[in-house]
Amino acid sequence: MLLTGAEIVMECLIREGVEVMFGYPGGAILPVYDAMTKYPQLRHVLVRHEQGAAHMADGYARATGKVGVAIATSGPGATNLVTGIGTAMLDSSPIVCITGQVTRGAIGSDAFQEIDITGITLPITKHNYLVNDTRELAYIIREAFHIARTGRPGPVLVDIPKDVQNEKVEFEYPEGPIRLPGYRPPSAADDDQLAAALELIKQAKKPIILAGHGILMSGASNELRELSERAQIPVTLTLLGKGAMPENHPLCVGMMGMHGAAACNYAIQEADLLIALGMRFDDRVTGNLKTYSPNSRKIHVDIDPSEINKNVKVDVGIAGDVRTVMGQLLTKLPAKQHAEWIARIRDWQEDGDERDILHYESEGKLYGAQVINDLWKYTGGDAVTVSDVGQHQMLEAQYYPHQRPATMLTSGGLGTMGFGLPAAIGAKFGKPDEEVWAIVGDGGFQMTMAELATAMQEGVKVNIVILNNAFLGMVRQWQEFFYEERYQATPMFNPDFIKLAEAYGIPAMRVTRRDQIEESVRFARSHETTVLIEYVIEKEEIVYPMVPAGADLHNMLRRPKPGEKQS
Amino acid sequence: MIENNKQTVVALVENKPGVLNRVASLFRRRNFNVDSLTVGRTHKPYISRMTIVVDAARVDGRRIAANLFKLVNVIDVKLVSEEPYVSRDLALIKVRTDDADSRNAVTLICERYPARIVDIGTKVAIIEITAQEDIVEALINELEPIGIVEMVRTGVVAMGRGVRILDVDADYEPSIVSSQENGNYQAYSV
Ligand SMILES: Cc1ncc(C[n+]2csc(CCOP(=O)(O)OP(=O)(O)O)c2C)c(N)n1
Ligand SMILES: [Mg+2]
Repeated sequence: MLLTGAEIVMECLIREGVEVMFGYPGGAILPVYDAMTKYPQLRHVLVRHEQGAAHMADGYARATGKVGVAIATSGPGATNLVTGIGTAMLDSSPIVCITGQVTRGAIGSDAFQEIDITGITLPITKHNYLVNDTRELAYIIREAFHIARTGRPGPVLVDIPKDVQNEKVEFEYPEGPIRLPGYRPPSAADDDQLAAALELIKQAKKPIILAGHGILMSGASNELRELSERAQIPVTLTLLGKGAMPENHPLCVGMMGMHGAAACNYAIQEADLLIALGMRFDDRVTGNLKTYSPNSRKIHVDIDPSEINKNVKVDVGIAGDVRTVMGQLLTKLPAKQHAEWIARIRDWQEDGDERDILHYESEGKLYGAQVINDLWKYTGGDAVTVSDVGQHQMLEAQYYPHQRPATMLTSGGLGTMGFGLPAAIGAKFGKPDEEVWAIVGDGGFQMTMAELATAMQEGVKVNIVILNNAFLGMVRQWQEFFYEERYQATPMFNPDFIKLAEAYGIPAMRVTRRDQIEESVRFARSHETTVLIEYVIEKEEIVYPMVPAGADLHNMLRRPKPGEKQS
Repeated sequence: MIENNKQTVVALVENKPGVLNRVASLFRRRNFNVDSLTVGRTHKPYISRMTIVVDAARVDGRRIAANLFKLVNVIDVKLVSEEPYVSRDLALIKVRTDDADSRNAVTLICERYPARIVDIGTKVAIIEITAQEDIVEALINELEPIGIVEMVRTGVVAMGRGVRILDVDADYEPSIVSSQENGNYQAYSV
């Protein structure tokens, strides 16, 4: 069959099971856009900024586990993707970005809208391609999807010169195994590693599991639960690991790290065995590496061999698929008890509960923590939440316990403000039957709020929650703690978000009192379209606990108990 | 003695445009300090081979190997310095030989090294040496007082001793051989 390069792109996307592409047209990608008219089964979502396209593809991927697709033109279209690609890279999210490029003959001539996007994205993609030969196109797209979704997932970019898109070549979809001799993700542990890990587990008196994003990506939630229950090992979660274990499970202690539950951090510091599963010891979860969990032996399972011994030296490092390896461990794992250790952790948890802001007199103030807590309550704790970056993100992580995998999406590694709204739109495309809530700050929302138009044009429903503290709150918090309250460039002039929503035809509601929150959830549910709810919250709320950057993990700033003085 | 705190990594890579760029980018991004890096073809048309020497005090060769292995175009990686291996560096050294004394001195020095004079005139001579890196260094030190005016080195290449063979699957070849050699466009950098 004689097809143009652009048509080959469509044929390949269909064979990869793609349902929706997020993109924005332009000169160098027009042949692909024109080919779309012949393939109506592939839905295209017109974004308002290519960053939004990358985040939507990312949100779709995180919600479904499938590969998200973003499309942009050459030059500025491609560079606008960069933040979204970086976000997907740092959180190992599988997306494929397709960019148009100037014609092959013009490459290197600084032609109109020519940019070296494969050069620019080289360090922020798992792999990328510049298609030189139209006959290679189908192979490349197939490889791109394979690389994006397997092993440690990540973004792959395919840059296609316009004349390749136009060129007609004989198309035959490549069958058979993909030939990538240098791409061999590890899978299982060997017997020695398993024996060593089991021995450490048997000896441990104060073991703790650190469960990360890898659990979700490899679908190992059941294995995690079984391992934890059988050997009675408490589980702590990374930010991206939320959902890996039901948070109301008695063995789930909660989130670790900079704004994690104090009980988790104390337990990690005091443990005699860390079992790190599909996580990478990011500095936001370890604090000072020199004093990190000083008395523990360490087992680390991760699919990426370069993560083993990168930040934390471990006793048993297993490069493998975390689900496969846990399956192997479970075949030999004995039942154990750690009642004393679990009781000790429970004490820390009770102490933490006492300090909870929800136990404070709110004196007529509306706290972000209350909003999230009540949203959790009135949504039955079962929504898909997509947060942006800042205080509201940490409050979401602390006050919205998740019970199921892939129900909490957030930019963890790159911490990209502006992620929330577009990622929520992408997630909704992936999970149309679920209730999707975007939880964003007044700052981050304004970075990508242009996507409100996308939501309306495409008729997709997300519930947008703006926690408006009229501040770049998280930065303000750092200024309060570490820069003697010099609030340089953090107070925000904001538009009237309600009027803004109305300009797009989006139903909107402003909430200023806690007793309106239940109604706001009803309001959101009463509309078929995207809605926006602004919660005008206390300006100077603080997210506790906090491990100051680089400090020892156990040296957290804690909120005093009610009646106690701030130390 | 220099050899002791050096680690040598060998990588087999796909012979495709951009691969050297990917490797160099990786080292820059991860802040891996590299002493030398050489690339060359192998007896297989689609495979190139890189030798990378690092100072173990500054970066762990195993980390480099693990990160290199992640690159899709890197087919295999081995830390050859973990086991017995052979390594060679080649240098061309141009020295001043504008009087009989210096010509004699150069000739005598070269006799004590696996080196030879490949060009000699009334003003300068070019000496070629192929040896282990520390021996090349020693020769350079001896020639220094005579007057080195120009020098080039290839960087180290290395190979494990004995029957441990670093190779790719015999039947490996790319899915499709690109038509880049048409020469009408040059798309990738490096
Ligand atoms: C693109 C980007 N720029 C800057 C930052 C640094 N930053 C982290 S949190 C934050 C403040 C976020 O403010 P807002 O969105 O209002 O959320 P809040 O913390 O007030 O809940 C900033 C500026 C970032 N994470 N991302
Ligand atoms: Mg704010």
